[in-house]
Amino acid sequence: MQPFTYVPVADAAGAAARALAGAQFIAGGTDMLQLLQENVVQPQELADLNGLGLAGITEEGDGALRLGALTRLQEAADHPLLRERCAVAAEALAASASPMVRHMATLGGNLLQRTRCLYFRDVSTPCNKRQPGSGCSALEGENRHNAILGGSEHCIAVQPSDLPVALVALDAEVLIQGAGGAERWVPVEGFHRLPGDTPEIETVMQDGDIILAIRIPAHATRCRSHYVKVRDRASFAWALCSAAVALRLDGEGRVAELRVAAGGVATKPWRLIRVEQELLGHRLDRDRVRLAAVWASEGAVTRSGNAYKAPLLQHTVERAILELGGLA
Amino acid sequence: MPEPSQNFSLTLRVNGAEHRVAVDARTTLLDALRDRLHLTGTKKGCALGQCGACTVLLDGRRVVSCLMLAVMAEGRQVTTIEGLARGDDLHPVQAAFVEHDAFQCGYCTPGQIMSAVGAISEGRTGSDDEIREQMSGNLCRCGAYTNIVAAVRDAAAREG
Repeated sequence: MQPFTYVPVADAAGAAARALAGAQFIAGGTDMLQLLQENVVQPQELADLNGLGLAGITEEGDGALRLGALTRLQEAADHPLLRERCAVAAEALAASASPMVRHMATLGGNLLQRTRCLYFRDVSTPCNKRQPGSGCSALEGENRHNAILGGSEHCIAVQPSDLPVALVALDAEVLIQGAGGAERWVPVEGFHRLPGDTPEIETVMQDGDIILAIRIPAHATRCRSHYVKVRDRASFAWALCSAAVALRLDGEGRVAELRVAAGGVATKPWRLIRVEQELLGHRLDRDRVRLAAVWASEGAVTRSGNAYKAPLLQHTVERAILELGGLA
Repeated sequence: MPEPSQNFSLTLRVNGAEHRVAVDARTTLLDALRDRLHLTGTKKGCALGQCGACTVLLDGRRVVSCLMLAVMAEGRQVTTIEGLARGDDLHPVQAAFVEHDAFQCGYCTPGQIMSAVGAISEGRTGSDDEIREQMSGNLCRCGAYTNIVAAVRDAAAREG
């Protein structure tokens, strides 16, 4: 670890000032400490956000849920409002990391978690995300865990978090406070950026920006929802593939509202609009769901080690919808 | 507000006692416990949050002490494996690990026991499946998992 200074901050304005002066933020610290230990990041200063008091989950007047950015993953996973009205989020959180990490890691930090691409985490290898212009080692290297959707010739790193996949299915938004104090809402679906030719830019966050909260709209809380995560071992592993589904049927059992998103397979939480379109307005049956789920891997570009992810994605999406629809 | 600094003089509250300790901003809670307070029961495995050997309780909740800066633990209550027994009387989870032979080399054992204490107090040890899921953050390279599950099940039943 390279030397750095540490400073706790008391409010968002103070935090923004530190960031504009070159500090990086630390909250739960579970990703930051790994990045520091492996010299992937070398901040001159860490500004501790834990004094900002942004924890807790509340219901707003219109029935939307507001999740404070400093809420710990385990607290959110256990919260009755989330378990009862946004099961996909509670399930995604409960399937994240280990119990110890869930007690430490924050919701805001989870949105900003860096990729687990082997080459990003290994400073002895080229990586365009870590060192722009140095090349992408994963394209022809060990890429079993890398993305089949949303990649570019410069980067095929997966955004590894489970929660944002669930949040896309829930039509959620992120509340960001800018360095000047102005607040803005960004849909989770538009929060992460495709790598393109600037894979080092991962989100729409600007210098001095701070995530204050996540908002799940009331209409999404009226959906039933579900998260399926497929991994190499039964627990405490990154998703090879995951599927988040939020569904509402009309009085005649037809699909009135549906959002489907995939994780573990793409460079950002991946909305599966075509799968949704195939099912909207129809009653769910096994054949229709299976045929719709085939569209999940539309546009996939596979590499030497990750071609298995295309059929895995189709089957994971199929399973998530069938389980949610009571057809599994 | 305090100014950014590279060196800190902290008061860490560990196992009910207060310790004054000087640390670099980079010092993890794990290294402070082991190298400054000489509480070497907490083990260093991966230092990346992936093995669970360094599990301690922070304000009663399980955390991995390798992923926390010591400076961020000031004012919190830390409980390590050294803080479980009362004199010669082992904590029920410690006794259950001995009784069920729930270890071989023993390196992961302090973390396993701290994680089990946390899981039991959280009420998450209702079945063997739940115990396995809840203990999934604590790896055992000797593969003592079967006896670990038995020990946790037994300890949870005795405490319940």
